[in-house]
Amino acid sequence: MTKKITFDNDNFTLSSGKVLFPLEIAYETFGKLNKDKTNAIFICHALTGEQYVSEINPITKKPGWWDILVGVKKPIDTSKYFVICSNVIGGCMGSTGPKSINPKTGQPYGLSFPVITIHDMVKSQVMLLDYLKIDKLLSVIGGSMGGMQVLEWMSSFPERIKSAIPIATAANHSSQNIAFHEVGRQAIMADPNWHDGKYFEYEIVPEKGLSVARMTAHITYLSEVALQNKFGRNLQDRSIKTFSFDADFQVESYLRYQGMNFVKRFDANAYLYLTRAMDYFDLISENDGMLANAFNDLNASICIISFSGDWLFPTSESRKIVHALNAKGVDVSFIDIASNKGHDAFLMDEPDMFITIDGFLKAQFDK
Amino acid sequence: MSKNRQDFLVINDMVTNNSKVLDVGCDDGSLLKMLQESKNVDARGIEISAEGVNTCLAKGLSAVQGDANLDLEMYPENSFDFVILSKTLQSMIEPKKTLEELLRIGKNAIVSIPNFAHWKVRLYLLLHGRMPVTPSLPDTWYNTENIHLCTINDFINLCEELEIQIIKSVVLDKKGNLLNFANRIKSVNLIGEQGIFLLKRK
Repeated sequence: MTKKITFDNDNFTLSSGKVLFPLEIAYETFGKLNKDKTNAIFICHALTGEQYVSEINPITKKPGWWDILVGVKKPIDTSKYFVICSNVIGGCMGSTGPKSINPKTGQPYGLSFPVITIHDMVKSQVMLLDYLKIDKLLSVIGGSMGGMQVLEWMSSFPERIKSAIPIATAANHSSQNIAFHEVGRQAIMADPNWHDGKYFEYEIVPEKGLSVARMTAHITYLSEVALQNKFGRNLQDRSIKTFSFDADFQVESYLRYQGMNFVKRFDANAYLYLTRAMDYFDLISENDGMLANAFNDLNASICIISFSGDWLFPTSESRKIVHALNAKGVDVSFIDIASNKGHDAFLMDEPDMFITIDGFLKAQFDK
Repeated sequence: MSKNRQDFLVINDMVTNNSKVLDVGCDDGSLLKMLQESKNVDARGIEISAEGVNTCLAKGLSAVQGDANLDLEMYPENSFDFVILSKTLQSMIEPKKTLEELLRIGKNAIVSIPNFAHWKVRLYLLLHGRMPVTPSLPDTWYNTENIHLCTINDFINLCEELEIQIIKSVVLDKKGNLLNFANRIKSVNLIGEQGIFLLKRK
C-alpha cells in the first residue's frame, strides 16, 4: 500500500517563486530502519518511474522497476537497508502533480500547475525525510532523471547524505536531449484530444500524442546495436510485406506496443512537466559555469556510474562530474560499464553495475 | 608475489602518516589498502579496468576508472601529498609529460621502474641479438605494453633535465633485496632489477 503524507502546514515555495499548497507525497518503504537510523537509502526514480521500485507494482502487477536490484538479498538488500522511494512532485502516481485537484477550483490543475524543477522535487524529498525523522541518508541513488535528483541532493543538501550514486546522468541536459523532449511535448500538444491540457474536462486522454512521445523517447533509451540485435528487419507475424502502413516490421509493432502501454499508466500533462524539469536542470549555469562550485560543501563518498553504450547521457557527461568533484577534492569513484544496451542499461540486468553498487554500499555502511 | 610485497613495503616507508595519496594504475587496490591500514592515508586510485575499480570499491577504497595517459590533467595542482606510479611509467605514451603531471598534482611523487640495464637484459641482447625477454620483462617486443623502457641511469638523467629532486632512491635486486645505492650508481644499474624513487619539485 502506498503511504501518503500531506504537508499543509506551511507553503511550499517552488524555484519559480510560485507556491504549491497543499503538497502531497506518495511513497513506499522497504525493509526496516535500524535503531541508529544509519541504514536509510533514498531511491530517486526516472522520468516515467514511480515509488514502486521493489516487489510487485500493485497497478501493473509486474515486478517493480528496479526489483532486479532492490529487495531481500539483492545488491540494495532490503533485509539490511531501509529503502525509501517517493513519487516526484509534478508526477502522476500519487504525489501532487498536474492531475491533482487544485483546492482553489475543485478541478485538476492541468496547465495551471506551476512549473517544477529537479530542485523542487528534491526539496520535497527532504521534507519527507524530516517527516520520517531521518537525519542522514546512508545513500541516495538514482539513474537518468533520478541521477539528476541525486546530483541535486549532493549540491543542495550535502549535509543529509553520507554517500551518493548518480547513474547514467548529467549535470545538465544537452541541446539534443532538450530537442528530443520537445518532439515529445509537441506530439502531445498536437493531439486534438489534448485540449490545451484540459482533456479531463472532456473525459478523454491525448493517447495518440502521448504514445508518439513515448515511442520517440523509447528509441533514445536504446541503442542502434540493441535495436538491430533485437529486431533487425524482421517482419511481425507475417512473411511478406503488406504494401501498406501497417506495423509490418517487428520494431514498429514493438514501439506501438510501448506507446499504447504507456498511455494506460501515465498522465500526458505530467509528461510535459517532468520533461521540462529535466530540460531546466543545470548545475553548471547555476554555478556560473563552474560545476565544481556546485559541490563546495560536499563531504560524502560519491560513486558515479555510466554505460559505454549510452548516447543519451554519454560517459563524457559523467566524466565532467567526476572532474568537478576531483577539483573539490571530494571522495569520488567512477566506473564506466561496458554495455551496448543504451541508456536503459541502468534498469537492466547489468552484473557489473550490481557488483559496483553492492560493494560500494557495503563499504559505506561499514564506514 | 614476495617481490611485489617488497616493492610495496619500500613505497610504504616513503609515505607519511595521514597523507593524501593517489595511486595511478592502482589495480586491485592492494597497495592503497596497505597504505590505508599502516599509514592511515586518504587513499584514491585511478584504474583502467572496471574489474579493478569494483575490487577497490568493495574494499572501501575510492577509485576512478580512467586512463593515466589522459586523465591526470583532470586533477588540480597539489591535490595530493603523494602520487604513486608503480611500474607503469614505461608503458605511458609520453613518460616525460606524465612525470611532470605527477609532480603537478602531487607535492611528492613515488615512481618505480623496471631497470632495462639489468645485466640479464644486457646479456640477452648481447648473446641473442634480439629484444630481451626476461622474468621481469616477459613479453616480446611486438606485444609488450612497455613502449618506453629505460634504465635507472636514464631515469636519473630525466629527473635532472626536468629539475626534479630525487629525495630517496631504492634499488631492489631480483629477490627483492635492497641494494646499497651510495656512490655505486654504475653497479646498481647493472644488478638492480627495479628502482623506486621518491621525487619532489626543486
